[in-house]
Amino acid sequence: MQNKHLIPLPSLCTHYKIEMSFFNGLKDYGLIEVVSVEKTHCIHQDKMADIEKMIRLHQELRLNFEGIDTVLNLLEKIDYLKAELTSAQNKLQRFTND
Amino acid sequence: MAFVDYYKILGVDKSATKNDIKKAYRKLARKYHPDLNPNDKEAELQFKRINEANEVLSNDDNRKKYDKYGENWQHGEAYEEAQKQQQHQSQQQYQRSSGSQEFEGSDYSDFFESMFGGGFDYRDGGTKFRGQDFNAQLQLDLRDVYTTEKRVLTVNGKNIRLTIPAGITNGQIIKVKGKGGEGRNGGPHGDLLIEFIITNNTEFKRDGANLYKTVNIDLYKSILGGDITVTTFDGKVKLNIKPLTQNGTRVKLKGKGFPKYKKEGQFGDLYITYNIELPKTLSDKEKELFKELAKLQ
Repeated sequence: MQNKHLIPLPSLCTHYKIEMSFFNGLKDYGLIEVVSVEKTHCIHQDKMADIEKMIRLHQELRLNFEGIDTVLNLLEKIDYLKAELTSAQNKLQRFTND
Repeated sequence: MAFVDYYKILGVDKSATKNDIKKAYRKLARKYHPDLNPNDKEAELQFKRINEANEVLSNDDNRKKYDKYGENWQHGEAYEEAQKQQQHQSQQQYQRSSGSQEFEGSDYSDFFESMFGGGFDYRDGGTKFRGQDFNAQLQLDLRDVYTTEKRVLTVNGKNIRLTIPAGITNGQIIKVKGKGGEGRNGGPHGDLLIEFIITNNTEFKRDGANLYKTVNIDLYKSILGGDITVTTFDGKVKLNIKPLTQNGTRVKLKGKGFPKYKKEGQFGDLYITYNIELPKTLSDKEKELFKELAKLQ
């Protein structure tokens, strides 16, 4: 594999003891982006933390793809709202006299 | 070592079936899973507790042992130890001393480890997971983040060299790769996430890279105009007040604001708002002159 930043999905299947169908499902639901290199499906290493989270949600909480998608969307929304709240609090400081 | 009531943790009766235990565990796991409760230490601890309870109660042999010794588990431990000494060495592979465990003992209570050893067989050679992310907060003064600074932080006993770019904002998080918790079953380390708490004890208000300041000028200068000296974040500048400057007038000092994050040499602007101070007392002469002025209107 030429690109060091790409991880072949078959290696992940072995490493995490998980079926290829799981990754295919994630791909079909648009949860991961798969890159083909020399006929091997790979994912970018920067996405590993997200993939591990999806594996944990699937294995430890028995969530299906719809569940994983929902949870990730809600977590993303929480992160966005937290960032908005911090930004609004920072702006508000301009108008306080403390 | 305190006795741990695994039934209570899962909220089930002692007579609960395997299915009841599985259902209770899954319900609680969905509630306390660390991925669903980021940065929540209490949820993480609770998740470990329910995992431990599930690992004991969902396994027939371990549940039997736990039910047998219950509150008197200490005697059970002594009994088990005596038995273990007589057993073949290969049967000791799950004890802590064997060094065969591949996960952190700290995931389990002392009670669990004393009764069941470091952990269960099924975890050995199991899924490799990246270590958990560590979260830390670093409190700095606004003046500290006006320039890029190098600092050494001590996190969990390890020194971490960190470059803090000028212009970092309050609540911003910097990720230090690989400085988090150790991976499970040989997985990679997690990351260290440092949240910056920027306290502002200056006369400036900050919004991103722009700074705001209110400057008092007296009535006469606001009417007749003149020069004033204003303190900016990095020094003093002379400003010319135009005649008939109104109260609340705002002027922009381009590039005199705060450094733009990770844009070296670029600065925001400083906005000065004029607050015109009226005299609190007037001499007889001044009163007379104001009356004269009033007559001219």
